[in-house]
Amino acid sequence: MATTRAIAWRHDFDPALRDAKAQRKLVLLDFSAAPM
Amino acid sequence: MYPDPRVVDFIDDHFVPVRFHVKDQHDDFKRFGAHYGAQWTPTVLILDEEGNEHYRIEGSLPADDFMSQLMLGIARAAFDRQDYRAAEELYRRVVESFPNSEAAPEALYWAGVSKYRATNDPSALSATADAFAQRYQSSSWAKKASVWRARPASA
Repeated sequence: MATTRAIAWRHDFDPALRDAKAQRKLVLLDFSAAPM
Repeated sequence: MYPDPRVVDFIDDHFVPVRFHVKDQHDDFKRFGAHYGAQWTPTVLILDEEGNEHYRIEGSLPADDFMSQLMLGIARAAFDRQDYRAAEELYRRVVESFPNSEAAPEALYWAGVSKYRATNDPSALSATADAFAQRYQSSSWAKKASVWRARPASA
């Protein structure tokens, strides 16, 4: 059965910044009203 | 734009993704929305590890356009940290990967600026103006680059 991959959204801003620094990535911050 | 597997892979490769939903993370949506001046949804920001904003996308886009905008944002972050060689490479990748996107002429312009900043060679700007004579002539970026066109020496 096929599976749908999805973005692993996080909701913890400060830890995400720390992880971005550790992983040498940027942070993508999405303000959304899309149906969940 | 997000269900597209190419977008999922691109975000996974380049970003730590954080979402504040207007209902599900209401307090953070309000708090961070006020901090960053997010007045509409979707608003997508590209931030560095200090939380500094480098790029903003407001409104929904088809997958290719969204990815081209994300690439512009990654390039802008490199430009802002004065890594001009990386910025030029990233901007040129936007033009190569999404030549028909609205991001492409903007990327072509900033690739030229990045090369100039990296080398201090003004020919990087005149070459960019020449490139705009071949493509994206009707874009506002072509108009902006037109001042860089080399003028023939007067007799």
